[in-house]
Amino acid sequence: MSDTSLLVLDGLLVISLVTLAWTALAGSDARRSVILFMAFGLVLAAAWVRLLAPDVALAEAAIGAGLAGALLLAAVREQSRQPLPARIVSKRSHNKPGVNIALQWAVSVLCAVLAGTLAWALAHALNSAPQNALPRAVSANLEASGVSNPVTAVLLNFRAYDTLLELAVLLTAVLGIFALGPARPGYQSAGPVFDGLARWLVPVLILTAGYLLWVGAHAPGGAFQAGATLAAASVVLRLAGRHQIGLPQGPALRVVMAAGVGMFVLVGLGLLVAGRPFLGYPPPWAGGLILMIESAATLAIAATLVLAFLGGQPRPLAVRVARGRIAATPIPTGKPVSPEGIRSTEPHAAEACHRIQETQKRC
Amino acid sequence: MLTAQWLYGMSGCLIAALGLRTALLHACLLHRLIGINLTGAGVFMVLIAVAYRGAGMPPDPVPHALVLTGIVVAVSATALALALARRLTAEQIND
Repeated sequence: MSDTSLLVLDGLLVISLVTLAWTALAGSDARRSVILFMAFGLVLAAAWVRLLAPDVALAEAAIGAGLAGALLLAAVREQSRQPLPARIVSKRSHNKPGVNIALQWAVSVLCAVLAGTLAWALAHALNSAPQNALPRAVSANLEASGVSNPVTAVLLNFRAYDTLLELAVLLTAVLGIFALGPARPGYQSAGPVFDGLARWLVPVLILTAGYLLWVGAHAPGGAFQAGATLAAASVVLRLAGRHQIGLPQGPALRVVMAAGVGMFVLVGLGLLVAGRPFLGYPPPWAGGLILMIESAATLAIAATLVLAFLGGQPRPLAVRVARGRIAATPIPTGKPVSPEGIRSTEPHAAEACHRIQETQKRC
Repeated sequence: MLTAQWLYGMSGCLIAALGLRTALLHACLLHRLIGINLTGAGVFMVLIAVAYRGAGMPPDPVPHALVLTGIVVAVSATALALALARRLTAEQIND
């Protein structure tokens, strides 16, 4: 592509990004903002393909736009359904809108100063000669890393500590979610169109996840993209109203959740016993060890993201065989959810946002 | 020094500032969360812009790996924040 047409593409991408970010942040309709945020994520993924960062683009499209969007949409849906006691609703008329003007200005100035500082740092970095020490070190040692995709080499070999701790962050987040309450109730069974789509989509997603995991060694892909794709398959099943969405139950679920951190630590300790530094793979074994860690990490990431979408610990399933087919339904605990409640018409999403504001103002 | 680096980097700074302003000022929790996520996205744009070395040149893989880590940490923080918000609403309704 010529320089001019690239410049036009850059201009279009940058203008859409800023506009989408602005419109997602403005306004009070939560559902509209979430959808604009997801659109922003997809355009951002396109921008990163343009800047030769396909690994990051895949992750942004699958995790940043896809799963984060699904999490936010599920939250909007739940909030728009929550019954609100009359005493909170009656307070609405007394509420004064917004924060005071002086505070708004102070925060705006603070944000402008921060943007200016960031821009100054960026200008400094771009005006000085590019720092080539790290990229050179990566390409010089790529042979010995066990993989030929430099991003995977950095993530799983040169900076493996970062990735180990990142998996620990994921595990901690899901443990926090477990501590805060039970999973959201499931969805009603989907109609034939969505059900048919799910039947077709889920195997393709699982296959794609396997491909992304394998190909990450020498081309864009890897454990995070694969895990997110696998999680998307479960989310599709959940949205189609299935109770069995591929998550293991009981102790097996705990093992899968901890698999990423566990495999990393086991490999590290094994290497220590063998007289090597922690996570300092011997070059002939590096490829195999990285694939082993990435496979466990893919399962752990997928389970974690699905649990985040469920919003809590899944209820145990009662499995029964009826007319030759296996059916699983959650064992009811506490209040049962009435089907009328699920089918009731949804109030507008702006209403949902209002409701959270009301509840927040009370504290 | 490349035009693309400036374009994406500077708009990243702008988006980060807009996101932070919303995260601090908006009354609705969901908008605040979207604001925090956009602040992160703006910073990621700056990092990827710095890693770019021009067409035909391999980019710096280290910032790419940092941004990948950042995306995953951002989504786990968002999930935890949503669970906290859900619990907060439930507590207030049950009061």
